[in-house]
Formats: sequence, C-alpha cells, structure tokens
Amino acid sequence: MKHRSYLALEGIGVTFPTPKGPFTALRDIDLSIEKGEFVALIGHSGCGKSTLLNIIAGLTRPSRGVIFLDGDVIDQPGPDRAVIFQDHSLLPWLTVEENVRLAVDKVMAGKPRAERRDWVMHNLDLVQMAHAAAKRPGELSGGMKQRVGIARAIAMSPRVLLMDEPFGALDALTRASLQDAVMAIQAKLNNTVVMITHDVDEAVLLADRVVMMTNGPAATIGEDLSVTLTRPRNRIAMADTPDYNHARQEILQFLHQRYSNPADKAA
Amino acid sequence: MSSPVRLVTPSSGASENGVARTEAEIIPYPGASPAVADARKRLDVAPLLDKLRGIVLTILPTLLMLVALLMVWEIACSGEGATLPSPSKVWTGSHDVIMHPLKGIELDGFGFKIQDGGDVGIAGHILTSLGRVGIGFSLSATFGIALGILIGQSKFAYRALDPLFQILRTVPPLAWLPISLAIFQQAQPSAIFLIFITAIWPVILNTAAGVQNIPATYRNVGRVLSLNPFEYFTKIMLPATVPHMFTGLRIGVGMSWLAIVAAEMVQGGTGIGFFIWDSYNSSLLTDTIVALVWIGLIGFALDRIVGWIGRRIARAA
Repeated sequence: MKHRSYLALEGIGVTFPTPKGPFTALRDIDLSIEKGEFVALIGHSGCGKSTLLNIIAGLTRPSRGVIFLDGDVIDQPGPDRAVIFQDHSLLPWLTVEENVRLAVDKVMAGKPRAERRDWVMHNLDLVQMAHAAAKRPGELSGGMKQRVGIARAIAMSPRVLLMDEPFGALDALTRASLQDAVMAIQAKLNNTVVMITHDVDEAVLLADRVVMMTNGPAATIGEDLSVTLTRPRNRIAMADTPDYNHARQEILQFLHQRYSNPADKAA
Repeated sequence: MSSPVRLVTPSSGASENGVARTEAEIIPYPGASPAVADARKRLDVAPLLDKLRGIVLTILPTLLMLVALLMVWEIACSGEGATLPSPSKVWTGSHDVIMHPLKGIELDGFGFKIQDGGDVGIAGHILTSLGRVGIGFSLSATFGIALGILIGQSKFAYRALDPLFQILRTVPPLAWLPISLAIFQQAQPSAIFLIFITAIWPVILNTAAGVQNIPATYRNVGRVLSLNPFEYFTKIMLPATVPHMFTGLRIGVGMSWLAIVAAEMVQGGTGIGFFIWDSYNSSLLTDTIVALVWIGLIGFALDRIVGWIGRRIARAA
C-alpha cells in the first residue's frame, strides 16, 4: 500500500460555471505535506492560492480530487483546520478574551470552565496579548489584532494551521515582528502549517518548503522548493548566507522570469 | 501620595508552611479631607461652564427659531379673516386643555387609572394611545425581526416574499382601515392591527438587510469553528445585525405613532387620535393644534428612546 502523507491533496481541480462556459481555476494539484512541516504557497494574484487554502479549510469544495488529513477525507470546515484570515476577522462585539474563548469553548467543550479560561490566557500569552484580554478589537492596532487572530487559531490545537496572507495588510515593521512571533510559536508547538504569501522573504524566512504556483487560469503547482536553512532562523544573520540567497533567487526567477505577473503582460 | 490600600502582615499564624500570607486592609485616602474636596469642586467648575456653554449654543438656535416662528404665525393669523387660530388664540381657547393634561387620571398605589369616557385630559388620551402603540409595535418588532431573519437567511424566502413586502409597505395606514375592520369586526384588535401592519415593514426590510450584510469573514469564522445554528445565531448573526435591526425599529416606532390617528378613528372614546377627530368634529381647532404639538413631542421622544436602547445594546453585545 502506498504511503500517504499527513496532509495529502490528490488531483485537486476547481472549475466554476460562468456565462461564457466553464472556467478552470485550478487543475491537477498534488501536494503532500508531512506532519510538522511549514509550507508556504506563493504565486501572483489571481493564481488561485486562496481558493486552494479554502479547499483545505473545507470552505470551498473542489470540483475534482480528494484531500486527506491524517487518513480522513476532508469535505467540510472544522476547527481541526484553524484559519488565520488576512483581515483577522475578530468579532468586534467580543473582547479579545471572548474572541479566543469562542473557539476554545468549541474545541474544549466538556472541559471545566477554569481549564478553558486558563487555556485562553495561555494562548494569549503566547502571542504576548494577555495584557489586552479585556479590550475589544476596535481598540487594538492591526498587528495586535492579527496576534489575537493567531492566538484564536492556535488555541484550537488544530491538526493543520492555515494562514491566508496573514501579514499582507500590515506595515513592514509590524510584519517582521509578527513573523518573529510566528517562528517562536512554531518552535514551541511544531504545527503543520500552510501559509499563503506574496512575499518572497517571508516565504524563505518562515517555511520549510515553498510551493510556487503557475499563473491562472488553470493554475497548478510549478515548483516545490525545500528551504534547508537551519532553525532557529534569524532574519539579520540569515540575509547574508548563500543558502538564503539561493532560495530567494530560485523563487524570484520563478515569479519574475518563468511565470511573470500576468498584469505586466497585459500592460 | 501613599496608596489607599496597605499590605499588612498579620502577626500570628501567618507563616504556615513557611509561606508568608498578606492581607489587604483599606485605610482612608489621605486626600479626602473636606478642604481638599472643596478645592476639587472649585476646579471642576471650569469644565462645567464649558459644558453649559455647549448646551446653550446647541439649544439657542432652536429657541430663536421657535420664537421667530411663533411671531410669524401670530402676525399672519391675527387678521380679521384668518382661518387658522393664532398662538395667542390657541392659548386662550384651549387653556384648559393645555394647563390640565392630567385630568381624569387617578393615581392608585403604583399604577394609574384613566376614567372611562367623558372628560379626560390630554395626557390620559396619550397614555391610552401609547398603550395601543406599545402592543402594536411589540407585535411588529417580534414578527418583523423573525421575518427579516427568515428572508435575510434564505434566498428562496427572499425571492418569494420580498416583492410582496415591497408592494405592501407602500400602502398607507388609512387604506388598511376597512380591511382590518373586515378581518377583526371589532374596534380594539383592528386598531392594533393597523399599527402593527404600518410599522412592520421597515423592521422586516432592515433586519433582512442586516443579515444579508454580515461580512463573509464572520460567516467563515462560524463555519471554521463549526458553530451550530443556535450558536451562530446568538454569537454572530444577532450581534452583527443589531445595528440594522434598530434602524428598522426606530423607523417602525415612528410609523406606528403615525398610524395612531388612523387607528383611533375606528376606536372611539379615548386616545390622542380620537381626541383630534373629536376636536375637529366639535370645531375646536385650537384643541387640535395642542394635540399636534403633543403628538410631535411624544413621537420625537419615542424615536430617541428606541435609538438610545439600540446604542446601549450595540455597545453591550
């Protein structure tokens, strides 16, 4: 019997019906991710990487193909695949603590109240947001909101952590500090992570593997690059190493030579 | 300044198991002497004056406008052949109505009783009307929110019902009068139905819009967390929809108050709508004018109260 990875996408394809006939967004996606791996998905806008993430989350149904997670077929959303949304999507009428507790109450139903509460605070502590537990999202900066979004996701102890351009809406400095936070958390928890990004440096810094997608329509996986840099990684020390520059170079070539931005061609 | 809470270590039995226990004892705040408090009060006068000035600046234009309007009205209607009574004529002609609004209301213990029929002051009529609006509007709020959530949630229900609601909402209250009388045969339920049917449309349509406009990301949060329908309803849909809901309720309460005159044309005896109808039939135009002012003020207050409740709930949710 053939070995199947922890998270396995097999022959995934997505076709939407449109007035002009069927439109194929994704085709023939085969992707195997091992437990504890951190995979970055990179590609130009419109290549369907968000669709792919939504399929893993169970929010979108593929037209073809199957997804296995630890042997189970995925066909609907669930808290075992926590999503960190780009816009953080915290509920503005709940406090920071209540936002995280909404998730915790769901995955730890049946556990004593005190234990659930402690778990909420423990996870807020991991992202250094315990001090803002009683605040509402509206009182926080963008970076702080996204920290809470991360806390909510990891508090669900998911089998896979899905990040949809988690730092895309943040300024460069805030982004760097959140990337460091993610690295620190990852070193502790060793989650299986699929992250979508536009940012080459972010992909190389955070991921064990960078999966590059071709341009749509009918986008698929074009290249799968292993990032062999040792952990813990340090953004400053790493910037000068040949391995880092090599990985960066590979991705840049893919994105800007082999599959350059479709918007540039149109211009 | 020293802290008002001082940590003290009790002398006996405190060091069991080698752990020192501390207990808090509250000691009076040293700055709380009367002299200091007086000084603080004096300091607080400046912002108070500022606030007062702000209030005056807000109200003053309204007051000036009111005075100007009354003067124009007085001058315009003081001629020989004036068809509308001037403000001074309203004052003299309806002195009793203006000065004795509480006539016919008996306070008994905690509640009050309004005399049946006969000679009742304007406040009595208004309380009766408010009671009817209370029942009618509560019904529109209940059914309106339920129907709004239904058509907001289900595309099928929306396509089925929305065109009907869009047409029915344009029907004026008076046009419902014969129909509601035909349905209910009796005055009391007809009047309440009239208020209900006038006020329900904005509640339905605004609630539906609120449900339809729940951001997709909130819905996705609900799906990822696998919230069951009840949890989704209480944790996400309701709080996300409350602002829209209260926009509808606010318009609705205004419309239900608008319907009161039509409603009380059927149900005689008491109520501000009846009062207007009655004063018109008795050619007491000055009484009608007094009633109009009261209706306007009460309608304004209702609108503000519902708006205030909405803000409170949105903040607490």
